[in-house]
Amino acid sequence: MSGLHYHYQVPGDDVTRAGEASGAVKSTLKKMGIPPQVVRRVAIAMYEGEINLVIHGGGGEIDVDIDGATVRMVLRDQGPGIPDIQKAMEEGWSTASDSARSLGFGAGMGLPNMKKNTDEMTVESTVGEGTTVTMVVRLGG
Amino acid sequence: MTVKELAAACGFDVACGEGDREVTGGIYCCDLLSIVMGRAPADCAWVTVMGNLNSIAVSVLADTACIVLAEGMALDDDARARGEQQGVTVLKTSLPVYQASMAVAKAIGILQ
Repeated sequence: MSGLHYHYQVPGDDVTRAGEASGAVKSTLKKMGIPPQVVRRVAIAMYEGEINLVIHGGGGEIDVDIDGATVRMVLRDQGPGIPDIQKAMEEGWSTASDSARSLGFGAGMGLPNMKKNTDEMTVESTVGEGTTVTMVVRLGG
Repeated sequence: MTVKELAAACGFDVACGEGDREVTGGIYCCDLLSIVMGRAPADCAWVTVMGNLNSIAVSVLADTACIVLAEGMALDDDARARGEQQGVTVLKTSLPVYQASMAVAKAIGILQ
């Protein structure tokens, strides 16, 4: 199967638009006949990533590559960066603003959910320069 | 039981959506969307007080059968429009979260 590539710009100031990119990818995978539980894992991981781009990264971009075996998602922002990635990976630890919390985010579950729902995940971050998260989900489950 | 049948059995209003999905994933209650994303079972009735656009996105992505908006909380106009567009059924009730969940539990037969 030839690979599919998608590129999305995620605006930094509008949390209501988060979900557009992950929704589009979800719908593509469903049409491809990928098992629903695998589609759900991709959708959850990518939506959490989108939310992070909006509420922490000041916006960013997402590249998604789908081939016959995997979905690979790369999310980049030029936000403040993560000083302590290990800490950020802990469930319940969050630096989200009060406004993000009032919308139901900021439970400190974003990165842990992304890790849990993917087969591979790497976080590269430099304080003051930004963060890149790469996630891979194998379509076989 | 379909979501539409659930609404009728519990006396909940249908705020948007067709309600034709089956509720086979039980009930899940939580308002923090990241927790819901990680833990709500697919095809569940998700009981919450969050009636914003992000709730619709979470329901779509976590694949819940419906949203039950409890405590008489309002569904935002833009959330209603997005729900219609994306095929998400939102039920509304003035019952508190616990009582709403109990009503659903009885209706879907997981509680006598």
